[in-house]
Parts: sequence; structure tokens; C-alpha cells
Amino acid sequence: MTDPSDIWHRIFNYTDYPQLLTLVHNSLIAGAILGVVGGLISTFVIKRDLPFAVHGISELSFAGASGALLLGVNVVVGSLAGSILAAVVIGALGNRARDRNSIIGVLMPFGLGLGVLFLALYKGRAANKFGLLTGQIVAVDTPQLSWLVVTSAIVLLGLALIWRPLSFASTDPDLAAARGVPVAALSPVFMLLLGLAVAMSVQIVGALLVLSILVTPAAAAMRVTASPLLGTLLSVVFAVGSTVGGILLALGSSIPISPYVTTISFTIYLACRLIGARRRTRGWAPLPPAHTQSPTTA
Amino acid sequence: MSTRTTPAVTDVAYASAPALVLRDASLRYGRRHLWSGLNLQVEPGEFLAVLGSNGSGKTSLLRAILGLQRLDTGTVLVAGHPPRQRRDDIGYVPQQRHVDPLVPLRVRDVVGQGLDGHRWGTGWPGSGRRRKIEAVLDAVGATPFADMPIGLLSGGEQQRVRIAQALVADPKLLLCDEPLLSLDMRSQRTVTALVDRRRRTSNTAVVFVTHEINPVLPYVDRVLYLAGAQFRVGSVEQVLNSATLSELYDMPIDVIHTGGRIVVAGLPETPSDAHHALAGAGGVA
Repeated sequence: MTDPSDIWHRIFNYTDYPQLLTLVHNSLIAGAILGVVGGLISTFVIKRDLPFAVHGISELSFAGASGALLLGVNVVVGSLAGSILAAVVIGALGNRARDRNSIIGVLMPFGLGLGVLFLALYKGRAANKFGLLTGQIVAVDTPQLSWLVVTSAIVLLGLALIWRPLSFASTDPDLAAARGVPVAALSPVFMLLLGLAVAMSVQIVGALLVLSILVTPAAAAMRVTASPLLGTLLSVVFAVGSTVGGILLALGSSIPISPYVTTISFTIYLACRLIGARRRTRGWAPLPPAHTQSPTTA
Repeated sequence: MSTRTTPAVTDVAYASAPALVLRDASLRYGRRHLWSGLNLQVEPGEFLAVLGSNGSGKTSLLRAILGLQRLDTGTVLVAGHPPRQRRDDIGYVPQQRHVDPLVPLRVRDVVGQGLDGHRWGTGWPGSGRRRKIEAVLDAVGATPFADMPIGLLSGGEQQRVRIAQALVADPKLLLCDEPLLSLDMRSQRTVTALVDRRRRTSNTAVVFVTHEINPVLPYVDRVLYLAGAQFRVGSVEQVLNSATLSELYDMPIDVIHTGGRIVVAGLPETPSDAHHALAGAGGVA
């Protein structure tokens, strides 16, 4: 039997913390950037009902990354290639939710299978393999960070440009079309941005846990507010809190970063759900008597 | 049209231009003609009800006016301009449909989307924008629930918000696509009264697609009736009578005017034309 205090020590170990902190300087920056991008893009992932697509794209991103590892080329490039390919296929073939989900369900195991094949053939460090699935805390070197910065800049610029029409098209496609929003054209553009964001996230939290950055923050924020501005801000705060907090907590341990990120992220979600449930029974805003009991449709 | 030679002549012409002109318009899907030779002029402040059987092309007509559907022949002009040129000239009120309570939009945000949701960029909240939204929310009596998530409102309240959303950009033509569907009687009256008030106060023309004439009967100036690849335009009495409808449908139809209501008997049975989507195949992905 393992001594429980030993396990505790492996999960939380803060000896030599200041020295460690300087070592993960890059990772902290990467985590913060990822948090900002994840927090922003997750609001659209929720509005457009795309969490499953995020999962599907991340598995193909994993396949691309492991293929790159095997061939000895840049892992970020491999991960981007897989991600964009998946995003384009899902965007092009799956306009309707039902279609989309089955296409993702077909793509996902295929991507995961490819990834497993590539990793099985790969003869390098085992930590590299594991890192692609679950994330690595000190794996972010300076070239990787530059990739991350450039990719995030593209995603953020793209999102800023299409923000209002994309929000309109995501919440009311009929009316948006009537007002001249190119609803059909925005869809592949967004999928492309999402693909980039997923590929970035895979670098930090690994393919399996991307959802905790690209889905959970906005899902949590939208439980407590319906205001688009406040919801977006909260989503970013939640995402940055999860990634940076996760890195800081994981620092002294030998465990991958992802369980820390996912646990923080999940805790925030639970708290938001509780607050949201209170809100629903007590009403959202000061209202005339007829409204104090909000309808509780699910 | 005015022929004054003042420098403002174009403005005068614009202000007095018909809200909607359809000239020799026709539309067909494959070999099936929806309608052809449609000539129609709707003046500012006029209330036109569009009636017709399921599949008679009511929604296609709206799509053509919005510039989402190309006509096979003819032209559309909204306030003197082709439809896609000035988006703010048209306010569009869709039919009420279920909005998920978790949709992250408050009532004021829905109205804001009607103002600038189609513009590129993120936009900045400004006091001018807020004032416009507050004013139109007040006009439809939606101020008390302005901060509620749209999905938590009743159907009638949602439709009031939809009208505010359609009016916030100050349109010259209000297109209503079955806005009364699935509303109770009281909400139907509120919604139609709001639409009517708007055209009286701001001279906005109204094109109101409905399968049920009675809720709008007190307000209607003219009726456009589409059926069986044909159409009739005229006053309620000219169009909604047994002879005209029997001719349109090519079968005996009885129209009874009774106690301020109109009852039509003998129409071919059609499935509910409730759930047509304006955006067509453009789903969300």
C-alpha cells in the first residue's frame, strides 16, 4: 500500500517553489494566452452548441501531433494540420446538428486510432507521447511559445472582426440572415478559428482535456449571467484562472498539468450552476409581481 | 412624383417614395410557378395583409423583399432602393418560436442585435445606442423585463421584444411573418396594436403575413391573397368574398362576414404552415 501522505506529496509539493516558478515562466505566459483565447471562443462554442465538435477536432489534432512526433517534424505544425483538417471537414459536411454529431462521431475514433498508431511506432521519450494526451507543464519552449502567440493573435483578430455578426448568427440565424449577415459563410470561418484554438490548447492541456478550456468556462459563465459582456468577461476570467491556477498548483509535482486545470475548471462550473439555480428560483432582475416567479422550463 | 427643383429634390423624392414596389415580379421553383406578374405598391403608413394557402409563396415573397431570394423576373424596391442596399429600411418580425432559457441574451441585447448585430467588429457600448434601445423598449412596454434573459419570457412578451428589435433601426417597411402564431388572444391584440401604432406615429408601412385575418382586420388597408399560382390585391371586401376566393382556389368557397369577423369555409385542408425557416438550409455550425 502507498502511504496516503506520499500521494498527497506527489500531488502538491511546493519545496523550491520560487526556483521552479522561474523555470515555468513560458508555461505561465502560454497558460494565460490560452485562457484568454479559450474564454472568448468558448462563448461561441456554447452559443453554437459545438462542444462535441471541439472534442472531435482535438482528437484529430492529437493524430496530427503524434504523426509529427513520429516523423520528427514540428509537433505544433502537426497538431495545427490535424485540427484544421477536422474543423474544415466538420464545417463543410455538418451544417445540421444531427449530421454534424454523426460526422464527429465517425472522425473522432479514426483520429484517436491514427494517433495511437503513430505513438506506438514512435521510439522517443515516453513523456512526449503522454504529454500529447494529457498535457505537459514544462514542455513549452520558446519556439512553441512563439507559435502560440502567433496563432492566438490570428484567432483573437478573427474573432474581433466577426464578433457581432457571429453572435447574431449564432443566437438567431433567421433574423441575422434577414439583416444581411452572411450566416452560411461565417460558419466555416468560425470552424477554422476554432480549429486553431483547439490545436493551441492541445499543446498545453493535451487532447483529452481540451474541453475544460474551450467549453467549461463559457458554460459556467452563462449559468450566472445572460449579459453578453459580463458573460464573456467571466468566461475569460474562469479560463485564465483554470490554466494559470492549474500550472501554479502543478508546479512541484510529477503529475501532468491537466488534472489541476480540469479540477479548477469543474469547481468553477459547479459553483456557477449552484448560483444559477438560486437565480432561477429567485428571479433574475427586479420585476413586477407577475415575474418574480420565473418560469422553470429546462 | 415631385418635380420641385430645390437642391433637396432627391430627399423629397426619397421621403415620398412608396415603401415597397414590386414590378412584374414572378417566382417559381423548378416548373412550379409560385406567382407571376405581381405588381404591388405599398405606400408609407399602409397596412397590407398577405394571406394565402400553405406553399403559396408567402414566405418566398418576404425573402424576395429582404433580398434573400432572387426573383425570376421583375424588380423589388424598398423605399426606392433595391432590398440589399439599405438594410435599415426593413424591420423584420419573425414568428414566435421556442428560445432556450439558457440563450445568453437579455431582452436589451436582442433589441441591440436589431440595431447593429449585422455590423462587423465588436462594437462599443455607447450612450446613444443605449438611449435608442431604451426608447424602443419603452414604446413596446418591455422596459420592466429589459434585463431578463429572452428565453425566460412568455411568447407574447417575446413578440413584443421582436417588434422592438425590428423597429430600433427605424425602418420604413415592417415585414411581419406570422408574428401572431401560437400567441394567446390578449397577446395577439397587444402585438397587432403595437404594429398599428407604429405605422400611425411613424408612417411605417406594414406587410403582415398571416393565415388568420381576424386579429388584424381592424387595421388592414389592403389584402394580398396568394393561392394556386395566382393572386388578388384589393380591399378586404374586394378580395375576401366567396366569388374571388372560389375563383382563386377553383372550388366553391364560402366567405361569411359576421359580427366584425370573417369566416372562410371550404378551404382545402392544409397541414399547419407553422414552421418554415427563413434562412433556408443555412443551419448553425
